[in-house]
Amino acid sequence: MKKELITLNINGDDIEIAVLPWRTLNEVLRDQVHLTGTKLGCGTGDCGACTVLIDGQSVSSCLTLAIEVEGHQITTIEGLAPQAAEKSDLENCELHPIQESFIAKGAIQCGFCSPGMIMSSKFLLDHTPNPNEAEIRAALSGNLCRCTGYNKIVDAIADAAEKSRQLKENNLDPTTI
Amino acid sequence: MSTDHNFSVVGKSLPRSDARIKAVGAAQYADDIFLPGMLYGKLLRSPVAHALIKSIDTSAAEALPGVKCVITGQDIPKIKYGNWRLVPESQDEFALAIDKVRFIGDEVAAVAALDKDSAEEAIRLIKVEYEELPGAYSVEESLADNAPVIHDEYKQDIPNISLDRKIEYGNIDKAFAEADLILDDHFTVHAVSHAYMEPCSCVAEYDHDGRLTIWTSTQAPYFVQCLLASTMEMRENDIRVIKPFVGGGFGGKMEMRPWEFCAAFMARKIGRPVKFTLTREEELATGRRRHPMNIHSKIAFSKDGMILGKEFIVHLDGGAYNSMGPTACFLCGNFGAMLYNYPNYRYYGAHVYTNKPPAGAMRGFGAPQALFVAETQMNMAAEKLGLDPVDIRLMNAMESGDEIPGVATISSCGFKESLIKVAEMTNWREKRKNLKPGQGLGLGCYSFISGGVFNWFNTRYNFTRAEVRAFDDGTVHLMTMASDIGQGSDTVLRQILAEELGLKISDIRLTAADTAVTPQADLGTWGSRVTLMAGNAVRKAAQEIKEELFKMVSLKFDLNVIHDMRCGNGNIYPANRPDRAVSFGDAVKMAQRANRGEPIIGYGSYTPRNKGLVTPAFSFGAQVAECEVDQETGAIEVKFMTTAHDCGTPINPMSVEGQLEGSVHMGLGYALSEQFIMKEGKTLTTTFLDYKIPCAEDMPPGVSVHVDTYEPDGPFGAKEAGEGLVSPTAPAIADAVYNATGFRCMDLPLTPQRLLAGMKKI
Repeated sequence: MKKELITLNINGDDIEIAVLPWRTLNEVLRDQVHLTGTKLGCGTGDCGACTVLIDGQSVSSCLTLAIEVEGHQITTIEGLAPQAAEKSDLENCELHPIQESFIAKGAIQCGFCSPGMIMSSKFLLDHTPNPNEAEIRAALSGNLCRCTGYNKIVDAIADAAEKSRQLKENNLDPTTI
Repeated sequence: MSTDHNFSVVGKSLPRSDARIKAVGAAQYADDIFLPGMLYGKLLRSPVAHALIKSIDTSAAEALPGVKCVITGQDIPKIKYGNWRLVPESQDEFALAIDKVRFIGDEVAAVAALDKDSAEEAIRLIKVEYEELPGAYSVEESLADNAPVIHDEYKQDIPNISLDRKIEYGNIDKAFAEADLILDDHFTVHAVSHAYMEPCSCVAEYDHDGRLTIWTSTQAPYFVQCLLASTMEMRENDIRVIKPFVGGGFGGKMEMRPWEFCAAFMARKIGRPVKFTLTREEELATGRRRHPMNIHSKIAFSKDGMILGKEFIVHLDGGAYNSMGPTACFLCGNFGAMLYNYPNYRYYGAHVYTNKPPAGAMRGFGAPQALFVAETQMNMAAEKLGLDPVDIRLMNAMESGDEIPGVATISSCGFKESLIKVAEMTNWREKRKNLKPGQGLGLGCYSFISGGVFNWFNTRYNFTRAEVRAFDDGTVHLMTMASDIGQGSDTVLRQILAEELGLKISDIRLTAADTAVTPQADLGTWGSRVTLMAGNAVRKAAQEIKEELFKMVSLKFDLNVIHDMRCGNGNIYPANRPDRAVSFGDAVKMAQRANRGEPIIGYGSYTPRNKGLVTPAFSFGAQVAECEVDQETGAIEVKFMTTAHDCGTPINPMSVEGQLEGSVHMGLGYALSEQFIMKEGKTLTTTFLDYKIPCAEDMPPGVSVHVDTYEPDGPFGAKEAGEGLVSPTAPAIADAVYNATGFRCMDLPLTPQRLLAGMKKI
């Protein structure tokens, strides 16, 4: 079968790329576009390490065909704080509140689940800005972590929600910070 | 006590030094590396559990467009490998099977192709003719008369027992003769997966200078370097192993693996970089796992509750190869006699080959199995003797200064304090009296090592080494082969160095785990060795720097020889005249000038000496599980976990907590939900849908406290944290379930089916 030329909108950029029809979005992101922040932990949609947002909706990129998402907006972990990619000084660059909370609260150990966890958290907080603990845990139930026992991740998301609320009260848009 | 120490960086809950790069997705793991001209590798694995290889035909695979290299066992040097280099006959593995396969998943051939699809297609085109042999899939089957011999190429006293270990001290027969209570029980514990989130991956490149470089997801770059050298018939110095970011290991990534060999071998053969990345299915179906064991434990008590002795007989189901089984066999015997004083003890452990994926090292390394049995029997004994489970433990608990005959002397020990604390925190005595039907409270305890003493890898180097380079801009560069695989050692070593030199974390640059660059001595990340051992080496290296700088600053102030010097806040100063400080950078400048330009470099190494046979320091702790059981469905809900533990000085308390919570997660999975369902050597649970690790909603709330101790042999009083704690969870939950239902679990995992069946028999 032949490759198809498609245009994917990834983190705001239109990228023209030839893909085989059976390539998953995860394969295209990682192997062809080399946006390797999105991980592959299982390939069967069970672990959530490959989570990205399609038009704001969290999906497993390992179960999504690349040709299906032409014309849709794809957001990966690299797109969450695009200024981090532009500024080389990561230490002094302000990240998305969810990322900052994950860092401060000790929610990151080996870091392999972190991009997927953060994208799932983003989806949660975009739709449920004031989640209770049960809602946070439910939102994370599709993301596996072997290091942390999840508690610090749950704390980080609650903390990010709180910070986002404060930013909103001050009329600042947390998604652009 | 650590409260007497006034630390400025140690003991602070600083964010991980690599958290930011991980949070933005920029941390590179092995599979994130793409080299120009790189090929994709794939392994052909045996579909049968035990067979002779009659022939392999690779012609169709080689003819497939895009395929650049195909290798089988016939193409590689016939050199076996294994981590136990001290006992060469224990090295029982070829990277690719030669003549015989021994488990479903045994690696038979490898291909490298332009793309993943071609590599997979090529694997399907390799024709292997097998002559199947009868298989043995359990300890019982392997030790039965007329059992198939799994490794017939070297002599074994008992077929399929690859090695055994005996420990004996005191007079165990006399202890049993004089006992008021003897418990004589059989237990079985099962295999579980490390289930690290990052599947194993590596990229190998061979350059025109004759050097092989491999980026690999490993816990032990030095092991990979040495074993690649021996199996590829290369010099160690011609092999460079680089550990990129690693997505967890838990013991599962501490050996050289077939894909590392195949990537290296094919990269050398064809002159192009080769990448291998395992699928999760390969990981779960064929990967290393925790040893299942059959354990027979007989323990003797006096009527007042004192332990008189114990006989502990363990058969490890090792799978098809030794892997790290010898160490598990060794340590299980030690953990069987930990926590309490056993005046008389006899251990026999045997490592048994079966036609299953090999078991290897996994978090706890013999302790989860041994302590599930030991702690369950302590709870049983308490009930039989009418004692509180806390009290019977306090009576027998080890203390600082206690000796395990011929094995170790207990250094710092906060075990009794942990027990008392956990009882207080849970209101143990009151709560136990007021449990409703279906509610249970259970206790489990642990002890663990802070790195191993026994040199089974037969290294010729120090166990670990650090180099610190000081710069006149007030910064230092720490170089170490200690491997951060997610546990946080890069942060912890920075904290230790910053504390010793009075610098800020941001003044420290760190290069770690690159065998061509970092000091050629470190055995890797396993056995909870890094904080204590690498930490001590870092401290010593820093002390060399300090000595040099103190000399210079003393000279400047014309100080009396007995004047104390200090460093802190980026300065060097006389202890009683902090106002007369010289900045760290200026002191380096002075020292360098005085040495006619020689750079200021400190070296430190650490090798445990005169520390017995096992470890320089033991950690301790106690844990209480509160559970509710649905009597109709057998569903077990863990409501709360309370932990008190002694890890010496927590260098980074937030990091320790994170490790501890991760331990509860892994312990919970071990106790209740994780298992490999197998049928005649075939693993049926090959996805995370079937292999159930706890998710966020499964985790109980909990609380933990550090008991305050100071380990004299550890850096700033630190010792093991986060590995040993995987052990007490299963016995604590099983005990809570017993108190809730009356069913005493002797076989893991404690599934609803097992519980319901057990409850029916009561």
